[in-house]
Amino acid sequence: MNIIVPIKQIPNLTDELEINSDGTNLDHDALQYVLNEFDEHAIEEAVLTKESAGDAVRSAVTVIGVDTTGELDSVLHTALAKGADKVAKISGDFPRGTDSHTQAKLIADAIKNMSPDIVMTGVQAADDRDGQIGPMIAAHLGLPYVGVVTSVAAKDGKAVVHKEYAGGVMAEFEVTLPMVVGVQAAHQPPRYAPVSKIRQIAKTAKVDDISGGDPVGSGSNVRKMFKPESAGHAEMWDGDPAEVAEKIVGMIREKGLLK
Amino acid sequence: MGNDILVLAEHLNGKVSDISFEMIGKAKELAQKFGGKAIAILMGSGVKSLAESLGADSVLYVDDPALAQFNPEAYSRALAAVIKDRAPRVVMIGNTSMGMDVGAWLSVSTELPLIAYVNGLAIEGSTLVATSQIYGGKIQAEAIPNGESCLVSCLAGAFPVGAGLAPALVPAQSVEQIASPVPLNDLKVKFIKLIEPEKGDVDITQQPILVSIGRGIGGQENIELAQELASALGCAVSSSRPITDAGWLPKTRQVGKSGLTVKPKIYLALGISGAPEHLEGMRGAELIIAVNTDAKAPIFDVAHYGATCDMLDLIPALTEKIKG
Ligand SMILES: Cc1cc2nc3c(=O)[nH]c(=O)nc-3n(C[C@H](O)[C@H](O)[C@H](O)COP(=O)(O)OP(=O)(O)OC[C@H]3O[C@@H](n4cnc5c(N)ncnc54)[C@H](O)[C@@H]3O)c2cc1C
Ligand SMILES: Nc1ncnc2c1ncn2[C@@H]1O[C@H](COP(=O)(O)O)[C@@H](O)[C@H]1O
Repeated sequence: MNIIVPIKQIPNLTDELEINSDGTNLDHDALQYVLNEFDEHAIEEAVLTKESAGDAVRSAVTVIGVDTTGELDSVLHTALAKGADKVAKISGDFPRGTDSHTQAKLIADAIKNMSPDIVMTGVQAADDRDGQIGPMIAAHLGLPYVGVVTSVAAKDGKAVVHKEYAGGVMAEFEVTLPMVVGVQAAHQPPRYAPVSKIRQIAKTAKVDDISGGDPVGSGSNVRKMFKPESAGHAEMWDGDPAEVAEKIVGMIREKGLLK
Repeated sequence: MGNDILVLAEHLNGKVSDISFEMIGKAKELAQKFGGKAIAILMGSGVKSLAESLGADSVLYVDDPALAQFNPEAYSRALAAVIKDRAPRVVMIGNTSMGMDVGAWLSVSTELPLIAYVNGLAIEGSTLVATSQIYGGKIQAEAIPNGESCLVSCLAGAFPVGAGLAPALVPAQSVEQIASPVPLNDLKVKFIKLIEPEKGDVDITQQPILVSIGRGIGGQENIELAQELASALGCAVSSSRPITDAGWLPKTRQVGKSGLTVKPKIYLALGISGAPEHLEGMRGAELIIAVNTDAKAPIFDVAHYGATCDMLDLIPALTEKIKG
């Protein structure tokens, strides 16, 4: 089972997001980048799928991404520590926050000759203003795509995948391989790789360096980026936890919900 | 290039999803300004009456047993052909589980721009301006497509359900069945079955109070704290997605887009950032109280009351007070 996992680094959303001086983009240089959390799930699901498919000879999980931060190596080393077999980065003049259309095209070009059985992306990323890369890669490669997937079981040129709808309803599909799936959640929580192991791997890891072509662009122009002005905002309670607890109890009592 | 707005209507289990009506309502407004028509397209099997319930200016439907259930491949290919044929100005697709499989695929295959996560659409002069909600709800981006025509994927709840509820939409004058624009017998994606959710030990949609926890809970060892609070209140613990993904709570406790929609009298959101996918499932609660160490967390925009203390300090304090 030859599985390719395209990944994407995105700003860490727990940081304060600052907008640049002309108000059309984030101030990307001020941000820490992390791996998109759904990609963590995609890596896990890929490793699980490879393990359960069992044809050790041809089996490999390759993790690949566009190096928009100059820091992709460490993410790739982490992927190796989590069970990936090979890693590759696409280099070129691709700034932080490079659009999805460009990243998808670069990845599709890089993997089209790798003859994957399954391409597993994360279902979406928080910065996907121009859409998700998974379906775009599928369209470039002429492969079927199923997204919002929570489990993949592949065997004999076919895969059974579960796709989530609202309200916990799921659909089961059988897909003829090769295919692209967008992973929402691996069927078990992503494994943890100890920092010591990642450091060890970093010493000897070989990262394939692929030089990328030209950006294709998102097809649209952001003229203004801003923090949402919400219609309302919570009335904030100051005070220590005991005081806040007192306020909450008051509210519950007011609603007549405290016996 | 035409001036029509094409809307992909979604349905599941014999019911048209609200997002379809929301988009149709908006499409009619846009179409009027562009001087075109709002055209809905619906694919299914035995769906004439569903097609007739749509309030677009006109409705196209494809009726084929192969489309009895959503199929990402069939939908994408059929829609690509219809877009090529009709050259609409704007194509509206839900930013839903179904729509997400279709939109970005179409963008590449039709070479039209896609603007995703859209919660605002306006026309200035003859230019479409689409506003996307990105970075977990923390940022809005106003964008203009290059060229005249584009695809937009719209967030659920962004537009009113056609001036109220579905039945308030006046059914379309013209409902036309069309043959599937693509062959449906050689699909690589085959629908097998729907899997309904298991019934859980508690039904979180029926609780007057929910103690709802997010990633701020820190670790599995702290789940018990939340359980104790809930039992002191005589209610249940619900959560955001990462908590059920980690297996710390059963899937039946998940609130949000891919979980359940809840409307309790009081929703205590503890350590939940307020991502759009979470808000979708709880913004209808009567009273929302949020506790989050990040004063800028989007949850505070929908909460009625909030505090920035550490939930791990707050929960024991609250449990204590309630036990009295
Ligand atoms: C297709 C799709 C469907 C999805 N469906 C759902 C869904 O149904 N439901 C859902 O919830 N999500 C869903 N998601 C995921 C969603 O996008 C978010 O990733 C998720 O809601 C984030 O959960 P969270 O708020 O618990 O975690 P985070 O976003 O990580 O937020 C944790 C918060 O806790 C705060 N915090 C940390 N420590 C403390 C502390 N000690 N005290 C107080 N506060 C603290 C932080 O400031 C932060 O705001 C879906 C995503 C996709 C792509
Ligand atoms: N805020 C975050 N959201 C999602 N993933 C994260 C976040 N912070 C770190 N990670 C990922 O979690 C993994 C483990 O991180 P670490 O504990 O730093 O080794 C890394 O691969 C990070 O990419």
